[in-house]
Amino acid sequence: MSISIKNISKSYKKLKALDDVSLEIEQGELFGLIGPDGAGKTTLFRILTTLLFADEGTASVAGYDVVKEYKSIRRSVGYMPGKFSLYQDLSVEENLNFFATIFGTTIEENYDLIKDIYLQIEPFKDRRAGKLSGGMKQKLALSCALIHKPKVLFLDEPTTGVDPVSRKEFWEMLKRLREKGISILVSTPYMDEAALCDRIALIQGGKILRVDTPENIIEKHPKQIYNVRSRETYRLIQDLKDYPGSENVFAFGEFIHFTSSEETFEPQELQEYLLEKKHEELEIYPANASVEDVFMDLASSSET
Amino acid sequence: MEKEKVVEVNELTKKFGDFTAVDHISFDVYKGEIFGFLGANGAGKTTAMKMLIGISNPTSGEARVSHFDVHHQAEEVKKNIGYMSQKFSMYDDLTIRENIKFFGGIYGLSRKHIKEKTANLIEELQLQEVADSLVGSLPLGWKQKLAFMVSLLHEPRIVFLDEPTGGVDPITRRQFWELIYAEANKGTTIFVTTHYMDEAEYCDRVSIMVEGKIEALDTPKKLKQSFKTDSMNGVFLKLARNVE
Repeated sequence: MSISIKNISKSYKKLKALDDVSLEIEQGELFGLIGPDGAGKTTLFRILTTLLFADEGTASVAGYDVVKEYKSIRRSVGYMPGKFSLYQDLSVEENLNFFATIFGTTIEENYDLIKDIYLQIEPFKDRRAGKLSGGMKQKLALSCALIHKPKVLFLDEPTTGVDPVSRKEFWEMLKRLREKGISILVSTPYMDEAALCDRIALIQGGKILRVDTPENIIEKHPKQIYNVRSRETYRLIQDLKDYPGSENVFAFGEFIHFTSSEETFEPQELQEYLLEKKHEELEIYPANASVEDVFMDLASSSET
Repeated sequence: MEKEKVVEVNELTKKFGDFTAVDHISFDVYKGEIFGFLGANGAGKTTAMKMLIGISNPTSGEARVSHFDVHHQAEEVKKNIGYMSQKFSMYDDLTIRENIKFFGGIYGLSRKHIKEKTANLIEELQLQEVADSLVGSLPLGWKQKLAFMVSLLHEPRIVFLDEPTGGVDPITRRQFWELIYAEANKGTTIFVTTHYMDEAEYCDRVSIMVEGKIEALDTPKKLKQSFKTDSMNGVFLKLARNVE
């Protein structure tokens, strides 16, 4: 077991940031912690990287207890915080050298591990880190988190605010790292990235809503979703909400995802209702759930 | 029928030394339209937007926003638009009520008007119970919904939204878009940037910037047809990949 979390809770004054969280992450797994801002992702990362004490519960990383053996953990993990935290006024190469040195190693010793990533920023090795573009900063931060060959890698929202092309490249880098046997815990607010992980935990309001492979999470979703589309999206949303038995009405790209709480729901009847409301270019057909559908369904039922 | 142009951009260009951040872009945005302004990091979106909201002067070319010239009437532009961004929206250490009052004052609303607006807004967003709480104590999603409504206090023709939903949970993100739809329905023009490609699908028209130029501009439907892909994500990846 690479990371083991048992009944962890943490509060900041009245706010319960983590509420009885338990998780097991295996050796060599690419594990995604999926949830919006304020879900408790960063708090969990800080507890696991020994920067914060939990109020209750225990956790271990790479076999070491996060409280008693914090020094061993710090030597064996790489941590890339959500906020860019390298030295802005050191060059790319100086930053990397600095991190290698404080971990008692050299760039040459572990160059193999970062080669893929570092080659892309090497042409700019004399540039100050503060002057790099967002994508390059991200690659440098990942190189620095890897330079001491960690057993476990913690990446806190590495792709937030990053455009889809750079996000795609970043995930390809993560897959190559996993093949080298490094366990990776990565958090993201982008639900579409969930499909790229081996297993995921959906988290909101400090609680884990579900843990499974992305495929299972979708397959086990008990509700039939319908794609609905018409020419006037805004009016369609209002009309669907007014439909008897209407449960979830969520915009999803070019469609509205609709679920009904009625067991006797008939798409044909919905179609008649919408035609009566004078919707043009109307389409209704069953659709597959996505991780985001499941998340919204679990989140709305856990609130009530 | 000729639709009213709320944004008119003609050969707008911005250079920083030898680097051309925005390279002769031209487009129009119409009344009541939801216009998606997309591009990879570093494509020049932010620079273009700064010129349109009157806080950065163009090197050449021109743009009119809400009928004012962004270069020569920058102050008028600022008074006649709404703006909200993910990074700065409201003062965390003021209450909801105080924030509304503050921004109402900035936009030059009368006291009576501010009072009315405050009451309406708090009711519409159902914030009665937290109206006197500090904005900093609100969940991000509430804050963003409130910031959007506050950016509309002075009833501008157009509102600029710079990644308004970054990090917001998926349910609130959709509620946010319902507010956008409702506002566009009233005739307000919405100019929005986002990294969520499903949100690009919610726009009436979308432009995609690549290396300072607008490489594509059309309805999501037509963009998907011409790039032979079934999602805006596909359009985006194809366009941006051509660069390398």
